[in-house]
Amino acid sequence: MINLRRTLYQLRFTNLAYWRNPSSALFTFAFPLMFLVIFTALLGRHTFMLDGRLVHQTTYYVAAMASYGLISACYVNLAMVMTFQRDQGILKRVQGTPMPSMAYLAARVIHALAVAALLVVLTAAFGRIVYQADLPTGMALIRFVVMFLVGALSFSAMAFAVSSIIPNADAAPALVNITIMPLLFLSGIFIPLGDHAPTWVAWVGKLFPVRHFAAGMQSGFLGTAFNWSDVGVVALWGAVGLAVAARRFDAEPRV
Amino acid sequence: MAAITVKGLRKSYGDNEAVRGIDLEVTDGEVFALLGPNGAGKTTTVEILEGYRHADAGEVSVLGLDPARNAPALRARIGIVLQSTGIDQYLTVRETLSMYAHYFEHPRQVDELIEIVGLEEKRDSRVTSLSGGQQRRLDLAVGLVGDPELLFLDEPTTGFDPSARREAWQMVRNLTALGKTVLLTTHYMDEAQYLARRVAVMARGRIVAEGSPDSLARHGGDARVRFRVPDGLEAPFGAASDGVVEVVAMDLARTLHEVTTWALANKVNLDSLDVLRPSLEDVYLRLVGEAAS
Repeated sequence: MINLRRTLYQLRFTNLAYWRNPSSALFTFAFPLMFLVIFTALLGRHTFMLDGRLVHQTTYYVAAMASYGLISACYVNLAMVMTFQRDQGILKRVQGTPMPSMAYLAARVIHALAVAALLVVLTAAFGRIVYQADLPTGMALIRFVVMFLVGALSFSAMAFAVSSIIPNADAAPALVNITIMPLLFLSGIFIPLGDHAPTWVAWVGKLFPVRHFAAGMQSGFLGTAFNWSDVGVVALWGAVGLAVAARRFDAEPRV
Repeated sequence: MAAITVKGLRKSYGDNEAVRGIDLEVTDGEVFALLGPNGAGKTTTVEILEGYRHADAGEVSVLGLDPARNAPALRARIGIVLQSTGIDQYLTVRETLSMYAHYFEHPRQVDELIEIVGLEEKRDSRVTSLSGGQQRRLDLAVGLVGDPELLFLDEPTTGFDPSARREAWQMVRNLTALGKTVLLTTHYMDEAQYLARRVAVMARGRIVAEGSPDSLARHGGDARVRFRVPDGLEAPFGAASDGVVEVVAMDLARTLHEVTTWALANKVNLDSLDVLRPSLEDVYLRLVGEAAS
């Protein structure tokens, strides 16, 4: 229980530093909201067929940007921050105190999850107010929350794994983005894939976690089918990430 | 009581033997300096004592605990100020110390710490806005936040200007007044000489000399007696160069007696008499040079 108390206290400072750091607050918080406004304004007027349903693109983008917000907070930001903190020796310094490493890292993950939740709520509120987008309710809401939590924990685990592979802080923005940007495009986050995407693109979506995660998130907004297998694939990637992180993640700066 | 005991410590990284069997003993309440050039094995040794690395062989006891096995218990009682450990740039001085204070069961008061390191004016400034010297003072405050019995200071003044160094030294001296044991690593002789009661010189993974700064200086060989011979007098004790005689004094009392006897007999007032002792720097350079060859 003492660790929970420490984690909660740590959260306060993690949060202070997050909002004061322009690269965290701007790139990971403001970007998803900015994309939401741009995409819905430029491309939101149309409808298209998805899984045999007629879907409004505004609603589609509300769902897609909610997914992007979570990935941004739990994967992109966390992977970069952990690499910076390791490189600057901040993690090493914390390791030299009685603060349990797990309590410190837990505060990071909980904070990322809270930022993701805030992004999802803001995105949904924007969609509702400006475009009368549909929001998940009832059982769909519960399934949505499950997908959100599994996604947040899994993408956080993958963030620690990728951070453990990044050699130094200078390489962090490039390497983190190269692992995620192509997937965001190929998984229908920025551009809806519709039902006629090339086969190889469909395969990328099947193999990697982003498409599955986005499918789970969008079912609550669009009324498309919710497949527990999507949750399973995301969780599997999370488990692999956790295994890699547990083996490789290190508090010491790389020389 | 020994705060730190080390026996036969060894550590290699691949083929590189960083520490090749060292013994150390640091007594409670003393400032002990581990002196040596870069790459001598100081940091490896200290990081083993701090529990960051594990020894390949040897016995290590820090405050009665084995750092490899009891790191969590040990870290509640030590303070670590490393050379290059960062600090969150976006928190203020006070927020940083409050955060670290929470990591310990019995921390010192944050305001009191800010006073000890003299950062009162920067209390509410973000870490980004601190000068290098001020950041180092914050490092020291973070090292002291858990009110440690033993403080590790790794190269505390590297990169400081002379006045910042003096300031840092004064701060370390104040710590010993609080009864803290300090293990200092440095490659500056004057720092070790000024701060430490005992010094161990480390080179190429071994301890090549150990003792008080004064006793180490005596390692450097015998004192020399030097004086000027007035024109027209024949120089005693062999040849003079430019009228200056320099004698190696195996027995200082006897040599001085002989010199003064000669001076009285020849009515020389010896106003240029010097007794030269090898400086710690001479000794250090010689020891390190011997280890390297």
